[in-house]
Amino acid sequence: MKQQLENIKAEAAAKIAEVQSRAELDALKIKYLGKKGELTAILKQMGKLTAEERPVMGQLANEVRSYIENFISETGEKIKAVETEKRLEAEAIDVTVPGKSNALGHKHPLSIVLDEVKDIFFGMGFNIASGPEVEWDYYNFEALNIPEDHPARDTQDTFYITEKMLLRTQTSPVQIRVMENQAPPIRVIAPGRVYRSDAVDATHSPIFHQIEGLVVDKGITMGDLKGCLEAFAKSLYGEDTKIRLRPHHFPFTEPSCEIDVSCFRCGGKGCPMCKGEGWIEILGGGMVHPKVLKTGGIDPEVYSGFAFGIGLERLVMFRFNVDDIRLYYDNDIRFLNQF
Amino acid sequence: MNLSKKWLKDYVDFDATDKEFADALTLSGSKVEGFETEGAELKNIVVGHLLQIEHHPDADTLWICQLDVGEDEPVQIVTSAQNLKVGDYVPVAKHKSVVAGGHHIEKGKLRGVLSKGMMCSVAELGLTVHDFPYAIEDGIFVLGDDCKKVPGMDIHEAIGLNDTVTEFEITSNRPDCLSVIGLARETAATFGTKLNVKEPVVKPGHGDVNDMLKVTIEAPEKCYRYVGAVVENVRVKPSPLWMRERLRASGVRPINNIVDITNYVMLEYGQPMHAFDLRFLKGGEVIVRNAVNGESITTLDGEVRELDDTMLVIADAEKPVAVAGVMGGEYSGIMDDTTTIVFESACFNGASVRRTAKKLGMRTEASARYEKELNPHDCHRTLNRALELVQLLDAGDVVNGAVDCNKVVKEQTVLDFDPEWVNNFIGINLGADEQKKILEALDFEVKDGKIYVPFFRNDIEHKADISEEIARFYGYGNIPNRPLSGTANAKLTDRQKLIRQLDSALIGCGLTEIYTYSFVSPKSVDKIRVPENSDLRKFVVISNPLGDDTSVMRTIAVPSMLDVLSKNYNNRNLDAALYEIATEYISRGTEELPLEKQSVIIGMYGKDVDFYSIKGTVEEILKNAGVYGYDVVPVKDNPTYHPGRCAMLTIDGEELAVIGEIHPDVSEAYGFGTRVYIASISVEVIEKYRNDRKTYTALPKFPALTRDLAFVCKKEHTVLELEKRISNAVGSLLEDISLFDIYEGSQIPKGMKSVAFSLKLRSNERTLKDTEADEAVNRAIKALNELGITLRS
Repeated sequence: MKQQLENIKAEAAAKIAEVQSRAELDALKIKYLGKKGELTAILKQMGKLTAEERPVMGQLANEVRSYIENFISETGEKIKAVETEKRLEAEAIDVTVPGKSNALGHKHPLSIVLDEVKDIFFGMGFNIASGPEVEWDYYNFEALNIPEDHPARDTQDTFYITEKMLLRTQTSPVQIRVMENQAPPIRVIAPGRVYRSDAVDATHSPIFHQIEGLVVDKGITMGDLKGCLEAFAKSLYGEDTKIRLRPHHFPFTEPSCEIDVSCFRCGGKGCPMCKGEGWIEILGGGMVHPKVLKTGGIDPEVYSGFAFGIGLERLVMFRFNVDDIRLYYDNDIRFLNQF
Repeated sequence: MNLSKKWLKDYVDFDATDKEFADALTLSGSKVEGFETEGAELKNIVVGHLLQIEHHPDADTLWICQLDVGEDEPVQIVTSAQNLKVGDYVPVAKHKSVVAGGHHIEKGKLRGVLSKGMMCSVAELGLTVHDFPYAIEDGIFVLGDDCKKVPGMDIHEAIGLNDTVTEFEITSNRPDCLSVIGLARETAATFGTKLNVKEPVVKPGHGDVNDMLKVTIEAPEKCYRYVGAVVENVRVKPSPLWMRERLRASGVRPINNIVDITNYVMLEYGQPMHAFDLRFLKGGEVIVRNAVNGESITTLDGEVRELDDTMLVIADAEKPVAVAGVMGGEYSGIMDDTTTIVFESACFNGASVRRTAKKLGMRTEASARYEKELNPHDCHRTLNRALELVQLLDAGDVVNGAVDCNKVVKEQTVLDFDPEWVNNFIGINLGADEQKKILEALDFEVKDGKIYVPFFRNDIEHKADISEEIARFYGYGNIPNRPLSGTANAKLTDRQKLIRQLDSALIGCGLTEIYTYSFVSPKSVDKIRVPENSDLRKFVVISNPLGDDTSVMRTIAVPSMLDVLSKNYNNRNLDAALYEIATEYISRGTEELPLEKQSVIIGMYGKDVDFYSIKGTVEEILKNAGVYGYDVVPVKDNPTYHPGRCAMLTIDGEELAVIGEIHPDVSEAYGFGTRVYIASISVEVIEKYRNDRKTYTALPKFPALTRDLAFVCKKEHTVLELEKRISNAVGSLLEDISLFDIYEGSQIPKGMKSVAFSLKLRSNERTLKDTEADEAVNRAIKALNELGITLRS
């Protein structure tokens, strides 16, 4: 019997070693270990053994069984690994073939930068205000200290609807509307469309966008204006950005200034983008004229404020190196898909 | 304003390079646009002395000249010019030189004779005969006695072509800086040096002006002051070189001594002047009055100008002789034989001059100054300066006195001197003495706690204006930056949140954002077949549009989208899926501002695009925004759309959206060769009906049962109709109903279609039994049977 067991062990080992597939292995498993298998058949003969032989044979039989079981199981693992490898090999694809996408659309470049500007000011506690594009002369000019026949009106070629109604030439009228509706402290930006009767060329469009800003509170100084706009410039163009204020004239601010940022391409050394100046003008601003505060219903003896206006198209031109403002309004998808 | 450095140096001394000067003035408030050295492109041109001149042996019209150019040997130059003689001094462009226009000059041979350069005309130096009246246009520039005749001397120095011109952009509040003296004052304050302006001094003349000139102002509200003087025995001739140089540098063409004096004084003081020939003033009289409708005048530029009664003119007893503050008349101007002149130094209402100049379409140096409202205070001083120059140039004999009419004494502006307020407003800490110093440098008088504003500064009327004067000379750059402090609660409005959500959903759906003009052609609505009587034709009309194509505010943004789609189609972009959150402008008459409403406009074309793709997009957008329960109504009568492929979404009876394929005629009008789909969704209606406070529904505890049902119905029945009926019949057990097939064809009778739905049934309280599901399905079948719709067998 011992010999039989040894034979089965040797035979099984030889056969299992030759197995190529899972099916063959399963057949061997049944052949040797199954209920009607060879090992079982031998074990059935145990009854014929003596009491002394029985435990010895039993142990031997168990050893053989577990040997075969292990060997089958190990072989099974190997076959599985080989089969998996084969399957994976067969399933290989060309991963360089372009992916199937559910393509996203593209935000317009003006919106990309506008959203960024909004987020920066939102982070500084500015609400976002709006006002009508078709506006009264009063809000666009009169209330902003630009009476009829004021020479400043010449510099803003205005589209009129009636004598009193016009397409706003600036977002500044929103300043007045905000002041009329809200008591200080005020901290708002007002982005929007503005209109001027400029003929279309690479740098002029009769429709463009401004972002107005207004802060009114007790004790606001020109230092606040500088600090606020420097923080804005650094957020937009990077920590190394500096700003430079040049005195200027706007009827609704006093003192007024134009604000340059250090050229974000050359860092201020001078390059074609900044025309060798090292500075790029991006906005205008100043302390809100006391007359304007008064018109807006705010006591200039108690409160002061600053205001500013940013030209969005210019910001976007610098951001994306766009050299022709007309591209924004042509909406060719070959342009829009680049953003 | 172009500023001559030579002229500026008459009034203020400072030590700075041109670039430093430009930067410093820019930062103190006088913005420099650029600066240029005169004749910068001229290279290697010197004065030559003509020693010898002889005929070219082989050419009758050519001359061979020997010139002393300050070198050991004379230089030989061949010329075709015929105006030269031995002894002349001329500009010589030597071998390897550059003349005006950037032309390089090299030695060469002319008909076999060596020529080592070129002699120059005024044009070749970038000048005109106005700069050197004795020069001729078509010959060599023979230097006159006003030039330095030193052989070999650089031509710039020899003829005074060595000024630096700085171009300033002067803001409209500072007409005083449209003058050399004004900018000299700014320069002195910037560099902390002294301004040297002397009062003009007129030497006693003869006679009395009142015997020769009478001035009447009939429109005193438009003419604040009129000062006139007379000069007799006028000797009209060219001005001296120094004056011509300065005029040239300032961009003004020299004419003759009298005209040049008026321009010189205007540039120097910022006060326009005019000179009339007294011969042509009928009655020796000047009347300042409004023009009469129908009157006309031929101005100095030779144009006939029709006048009307809003325009102020200077007239004699009979007719207008000048448009006040704008331009003089040709008839009464200075001519070579003029003997007696009237100088005018007047002050006119700025708005009136501005309107007149605009109406006549002629903006002049004078009107550009007047329209910014000059001050009448200095009229007499500038007149005296003109007379002083007459005497200096020996241009005529001054008649004693001046007629000073309507001398309005404008009250001087006086403000409190409040250094602390200024410090608090600007955010600096500058002592009272320092502030006083800045103001005094600008000719403000500070005395006993008051600031006396100089007359030429009518922009100063409030302490805030004073703060700007302090701040710009303190230096904007020196003001300490301070971060904003205090509390601020920024939050988005509901509309802003909605727009943000819509934007990201639209982009997520594969749509690309566009920006279009808000004004359009009134014909744009014709292109989309809007009916004649439609409200969409009630435009907000621009009274002064750039052109017809941009003359009305759009009432509907669909044409803007179609324009963009059509441009892309023509550019051979094969697919397009675009959107714009567009504003539309609905007129409410002239007494109320238009309603500005927002719509989401979606436009698509392309090979995988059909009605259902755009509808699906709209459904996604609405779902994302939280708008549910809208009705879908087929629309057959919207002329913009295909009558069989257009739907309106309504909610609570309000129009939420229109979706459709555009009508073939519209498609043709835009030149499409493909089907185009448009949707327009009202942002207002979304905002009104959206549920943006979504709440959680517990996940189901019990299993669902599904039942698939196919019905046969007439083609006219809509899927939505069937769906609604099934929903009602099944009731609360119906968790979801979805369409999975529509079939028309051989298996189905003609005019009919098969519509198949999948129903998902579930109870939240128990596991549904099959029998319950079957009962529910039977209810649905019965409900549809009532419409003659049967289960497909």
